[in-house]
Amino acid sequence: MTQYTTVFGSLDDYAKGGVEVIDDDPKYYAFSNMFEVAGRAAPYEKVAVAKNLEYVLEVIRAEGTDEWRAAPHDEFALVMDGTLQVELIDPDDGLVDSEAQGSVALASEPAGSRMGRVTAGPGHMALLPAGKAYRLHSDGVAVVLLQTIEGPDTVHRWAEICQTV
Amino acid sequence: MTMTQTAPNASGYKSFAIGEFKFSRDEYFVTVEWPTGSHQMAIDQWLRCLQRDIAWGFFYGIVNFDSVIGTMNHYGNVDMFAGRFNDAYRRAEVDYSENFEHDDLLGCFKAMLSDWTNEGYDPFAAPMETGSAFGPSRGHNDEAISRRRVVASRMVGIPGDEPLRSDETGHPVNRGFADVAQDEPIIEAEPGYEGEVCAFNLFAYLSRSDVTWNPSVVSACKESLYCPTTEEFILPVIHGNDRVEWFVQLSDEIQWDVEDRDTGAKRARVVMKAGDVAAMPADIRHQGYAPKRSMLLVWENGSPRIPEMIAKGEASVHPVDF
Ligand SMILES: [Fe+2]
Repeated sequence: MTQYTTVFGSLDDYAKGGVEVIDDDPKYYAFSNMFEVAGRAAPYEKVAVAKNLEYVLEVIRAEGTDEWRAAPHDEFALVMDGTLQVELIDPDDGLVDSEAQGSVALASEPAGSRMGRVTAGPGHMALLPAGKAYRLHSDGVAVVLLQTIEGPDTVHRWAEICQTV
Repeated sequence: MTMTQTAPNASGYKSFAIGEFKFSRDEYFVTVEWPTGSHQMAIDQWLRCLQRDIAWGFFYGIVNFDSVIGTMNHYGNVDMFAGRFNDAYRRAEVDYSENFEHDDLLGCFKAMLSDWTNEGYDPFAAPMETGSAFGPSRGHNDEAISRRRVVASRMVGIPGDEPLRSDETGHPVNRGFADVAQDEPIIEAEPGYEGEVCAFNLFAYLSRSDVTWNPSVVSACKESLYCPTTEEFILPVIHGNDRVEWFVQLSDEIQWDVEDRDTGAKRARVVMKAGDVAAMPADIRHQGYAPKRSMLLVWENGSPRIPEMIAKGEASVHPVDF
C-alpha cells in the first residue's frame, strides 16, 4: 500500500501558498500563514488572523509564562507547534462580566481552587472553560490558534500579515 | 408538497418528482427536468452532491451541484434551482427556481439517494476508497449514506459531549494519515475537576474521519463553530456561501477555484498549504481540490442573522477592511 506523508507546518518549516488573482482583489481573501504571523509576533500577543463579526481566531506565540486571563465564554486553544501548558483556577469570586466578550488579563493570580493542568502538543486542543482563570506557558516556543471573541487585547495588523497584491 | 416516485425503470431505478422537478437515473447519468429545460450529470457526481446536501441540511447559502443545478437554503425552506446562478440561463430567462419546505425536499433527496446508491458505493468516500456508482441497480448502501453528523455543543471529548474516535468506535486511522501521531494531551486534574480539565488530539481525531468533504462541529464558542473536515479528491459541490467563511489549512494542500457567486465568472485561485489561513468572501462560490487526504478547518459564524445583515448592508461580504 502507498505510504503517504502528512505535511504539517511549524515555526521553522512551513511553505506558504497564496491567492492567484484572475479578476479580483487579494485583500478580500485576507490570506496569511499562522507560522509566519507567530514568527514575527511578541510573546503572547493575540494577533487576529480570522474575523467574522465579533468572533476571531487569534495566533499566539506562547513563549515563557503569560499573565492570568479569564473570559466569560469558552475559548479553545489549538496547538500548532511546540508544547503548551495550561494552568486552570476555579476562582472564588466572579472574574469577568458575563456579558463581556473576549478574555481580559487579571492583575494577579486569583484566589480560588486549583483545577489542574493540561500539557498539549501539536494537534492537541484544550478547553479554556468559561469563567475560569487560565495561564499559558511554554518552556520553548509554541504556536497556538485560539478560538475566541474579539476582546480588548486582540491585535489587528491585517495589512502586515495579509497578501495585498 | 411531497414527492412522488415511479416503479423501477429498465435499469432498476425509480424516478422521483417534487413540484415541477423530475429526476431519473440510468446506468451512467441523472437526468433532471423542469418546465423550461433539462440537464444531465454523471451519477457518481450527483450522488456525492446529494449526500453532502442531505448531511448538511442544505448547509449555509447555496449548494451548487454543478454550474446549473443546486439548492439555496432559507433555513426552514429551501429553493431548488436550475440555471439560477448561471449567466447564460439568466440572460436567456430559462432559469427556474421552486421553493420547498425543508423536510419535503430533504425527504425526496433521501429517497433518491437510497434508491440510486448501489451496494459497495459510498458517496462520502474518496474515489480510491469505494466501489462504482455506475451500472444497473444492485443492492443498497443505507448504512453508509445515513451516517450521523457530529455536532459538539462545547467540544469533542468533554464528558457528555461528542465522543472521541478510536478503532473500537469503528474509526480506524485513514490510509492517508497512517503517519499522524495518536498521542493524547496530558491532563492532570485536581480531585473534583476531572470533567472540567479537558483536551484532546484534534489531528488524531481527524486522522480517523471516515468521510471526505463533510464539515462537522468539534468546538463551539457561542455561534463561532469549528467545522474541520478531511478532504481528498474534489469537493463535489460548488459552495456559494451567504456569509463570509474561513479556511485554516491544518495539513497538506488544497487548491480552490473561486468564481463569482451569481454568474460563475472565474475570480481567483487560492492555494492553501499547512498553516495558511484565508477567507472566502460572501459574494463568491468555491470548489476545492485535494491531491492527498488533508485536514481542513472550516470556520463558520452560525448566526442566523447574517444573511439579513448582509442584505441590509450591516455586514460586509468581505472579511476585514484594511
Ligand atoms: Fe464552503
